[in-house]
Amino acid sequence: MPKITYIDHEGTSRTVDGDLGSTVMETAIKNGIPGIEAECGGACACATCHVYVEESWRAVVGEPSPMEEDMLDFGYDVKESSRLSCQIKVTAELEGLVVRTPERQA
Amino acid sequence: MTEPIKTDVLIIGAGPCGLFAVFELGLLDMKAHVIDILDKVGGQCAELYPEKPIYDIPGIPYITGQGICDALMTQIKPFGATFHLQEMVETIERIGDPLFRIRTDRGKVFEVKVIVIAAGGGSFQPKRPPIPGIEAYEGTSVFYSVRQLESLRDKRLLIVGGGDSALDWTLNLAPIARHLTLLHRRSEFRAAPDSVNKMMALVGEGKIDFVLGQVSGLEGEGGRLAKALVKRSDGSSFEIACDALLPFFGLTMKLGPVAGWGMEMKDGEYIVVNTATFESSLAGIFAIGDINWYPGKLKLILSGFHEGALMAQKAHRYVYPDKRLIFQYTTSSTSLQKKLGVA
Repeated sequence: MPKITYIDHEGTSRTVDGDLGSTVMETAIKNGIPGIEAECGGACACATCHVYVEESWRAVVGEPSPMEEDMLDFGYDVKESSRLSCQIKVTAELEGLVVRTPERQA
Repeated sequence: MTEPIKTDVLIIGAGPCGLFAVFELGLLDMKAHVIDILDKVGGQCAELYPEKPIYDIPGIPYITGQGICDALMTQIKPFGATFHLQEMVETIERIGDPLFRIRTDRGKVFEVKVIVIAAGGGSFQPKRPPIPGIEAYEGTSVFYSVRQLESLRDKRLLIVGGGDSALDWTLNLAPIARHLTLLHRRSEFRAAPDSVNKMMALVGEGKIDFVLGQVSGLEGEGGRLAKALVKRSDGSSFEIACDALLPFFGLTMKLGPVAGWGMEMKDGEYIVVNTATFESSLAGIFAIGDINWYPGKLKLILSGFHEGALMAQKAHRYVYPDKRLIFQYTTSSTSLQKKLGVA
C-alpha cells in the first residue's frame, strides 16, 4: 500500500494509502481528498482530475500519453508537471509520491 | 405560422437510450421523431468516448461507444424514425389530454401525444474555458460559435484551441480578419493533419500568427475586449491585443430548458420518475436514461434500455387509449417479426 501525499493550493498536506493497481485519482476519491473532481469517472474524457507531479517524482511517474495530452488541452493552468491523475497507476515505485492539486479544476 | 409536425412521440435526445426507445415504441406501433443538439446521433457515447470500450452491455462482452450507437441504428432501422439534429426543444405546452405542442430553437413545431426525455446529462454546449472574468465578455467579445462570418471582418481575432473547430475557424476567418492569432497550449494538435498543414502554411506566408501559451486573464472595458494575458509553460507571460476571442474548449452538458418545464426534479438536476412506467410528475412526459432519478437509480446504459421498455407500455395507453396491449415476444410473435421485417 504505497503512501501518496496530496498537497492542495493552500499548502495543506494529506497522506493516504494507495491500492496497488488502482489510480492516483481513485485513491483520492476513495479517501475524500478535496480538489480532484473526476467528472468522467476516470475515462480520460474530461480534465478535472488534473494534478501537478512534484519535480522529484516526474521521472518515475512519466509523461502523459497522447490521449492524455489531448484532454490536458482543456485543463486549468496546465504546466510541464501536469498529469491527469486517473492515468497514473499506483505501483510499488510510487511509495511516497507527492502531487499538488491546482487552485481549481476546469 | 409553421405547419406542426404531427406524430405519436417526440424523443428528446438521440443517445443510446433515446435510440433504443424508438425500438420499444416501434414494436408497439408508435412512431417517433428524435431531436438532438449534436450534429450526429449517439449522445455521450458518440461525442465523448466513441473509441472507448464498454464491457457491460448485456450479451455484448466488448463494444465501443460508437459501436453501440451503430448497432442501435441498425436495430431501429425498421421503424424509420425521423431525426432532427442540431436542434433543441425550447418550450412544451399541454394543449390536450394528452397532446403537447413543442417548439424548437429553429422554429419547428411538433404536436405529439407523448414526450420521452432521454437527454442524458443535458444538451451539449460549448465549454467555457477556465479563464477568470470571461463571463463579462461573452456575447460581446467572446464567442463560442460563429453565426455570421461578416461580424468578425476587420477585427483582431484570437482563436484558442487545438482541435478541428479551432483549426477550421482559423482557416475560415484568416481571409477576413484584420489580424488573426491561433493560441494553443502545445505544438501538437488534435485536429486533422490536413487542417494543421494548411494553418502552418498560412503562418509561413505571414498571414496569421501561431503562438504557444494559455490565456490566464482578459483586459477590456464594458464587455469590449482589449487584450488577452497569456502564460507560457515556463511561467513567463505576455499580452495579445485583440477585439474578439474565440475559445474552442470542447463541449459540456447543460440541463437547459428541461429544468424549467414544471416536472418534479431531484437536486434540481434529475427528473423524478416512478419505476412502474418511468413517467414524470407530468402525465404523458416520460424520462429515461441518465436524466431521470428514482430510488436505486444507476446511470447505466442497460438501465436506460429497461426504462424504455416499460415507458413504451404506458405510452401505448396514451397513443392508443382504445386498443388492448397484448404482451408478445419478438422470438415467437409473427406480428412483431413482420414489423421488424424478418418474418
